[in-house]
Amino acid sequence: MEITVEVNGTTHTRDVEPRTLLVHFIRDQAGLTGTNIGCDTSSCGACTIHVNDEAVKSCTMLAVQADGQRVTTIEGLAEGEQMHPMQEAFMNCHALQCGYCTPGMVMASISLLDENPDPSEDDVREGLEGNLCRCTGYHNIVKAVLSAAGGSQ
Amino acid sequence: MIPVAFDYVRAGSADEALAALAEHGDEAKLMAGGHSLLPMMKLRLAYPSVIVDIGRLNDLSYVNDGGDHLAIGALTRHRDIEISALVQEHAPLLAEATAHVGDPQVRHRGTIGGSLAHADAAADHPSALLAMGGSVVVRGSGGAERVIDGADLFAGFFESTIEPTEMITEVRIPKQGGQGWNFQKFNRRAQDWAIVGVSAQQVEGGARVALVNMHATPIRATAVEEALASGASAADAAEQAAVGMEPSSDLNASVEYRSHLARVLTRRALEASGIA
Repeated sequence: MEITVEVNGTTHTRDVEPRTLLVHFIRDQAGLTGTNIGCDTSSCGACTIHVNDEAVKSCTMLAVQADGQRVTTIEGLAEGEQMHPMQEAFMNCHALQCGYCTPGMVMASISLLDENPDPSEDDVREGLEGNLCRCTGYHNIVKAVLSAAGGSQ
Repeated sequence: MIPVAFDYVRAGSADEALAALAEHGDEAKLMAGGHSLLPMMKLRLAYPSVIVDIGRLNDLSYVNDGGDHLAIGALTRHRDIEISALVQEHAPLLAEATAHVGDPQVRHRGTIGGSLAHADAAADHPSALLAMGGSVVVRGSGGAERVIDGADLFAGFFESTIEPTEMITEVRIPKQGGQGWNFQKFNRRAQDWAIVGVSAQQVEGGARVALVNMHATPIRATAVEEALASGASAADAAEQAAVGMEPSSDLNASVEYRSHLARVLTRRALEASGIA
């Protein structure tokens, strides 16, 4: 079936099988491979993107469900050379080691601050419960989110 | 993991969805947020040949004040319930249980109607529905509606009393009038299903207590409720939590461990809520 999805401001119209997962549409059809596939069972959060500005796991959504919706991926955050404040906070706080969870972490963190602009450390830890870091670099990730929250005030 | 191929029907209204169900019978499945169904399809534990997408029925996404109860549209997402001022005021147990469903990403997509129709004994919502004396409104293909009391909704393992040609349109939760309540969920990993969970809601002369993952279906702990009604202490009533239950044994917990957890969590819930 033909669907039209706006990804990072660009409209993509493609014919997809109804069973196509949104993450595969993003990676294979839109060609944006910044969104990683981790567990593929909606547990790890590596594939987290925004649909209409809210974090969702793109391995657990069909591409046809995103028809007519607005999708943002990690590639859509920076403006030219200017990183998104959350990306900058992750860099400054050394909030990544291997980097595999990072795109999902950043997308989930931005959604978290949208809903709770002044979170406590506990709020951040709870708010990121859907994202796993196998390097267990959680401390610096939490620091980065708190620092991004501080910077936005 | 990719689901088995299926035909996709996007419903523009509840009536269109019901017409599709009437046409395809039990070959078809409704998909709301898809956060229970799609994982099962990816694991190929479910392989419906027709998916009827009801995710865009925005007119079934609402929380309304129905006088003595809250009327919650079946397509209302967990996130919208969690932050609803009406739910927080009149049905705080539901707000709390909802905040424990999955993780924020899941709560942005999953819906209360989908969760209840899925009839998973390990899910959080059904226990809250049972403890709060809630019910669901279902509509059939002729447009006829009937109300199913929560106590009559769950028929077996992942099985409800909703017919294949019916859909939930609304969830009704009686206003709880500021009575004591508590929700307990025990798991080992963040965002996981409860190994055991407890919903406790104070009512006139006692309490309703419902357990998560202690039986093939979501279930009321009637022995606990009866003990409370005859004036038992929290500790004594909670000792009855596993009576009549047939929990499963799996990698997370043995039957004995689940039964122990049910007693401990029930005591905590009763004490924290001030019920006993």
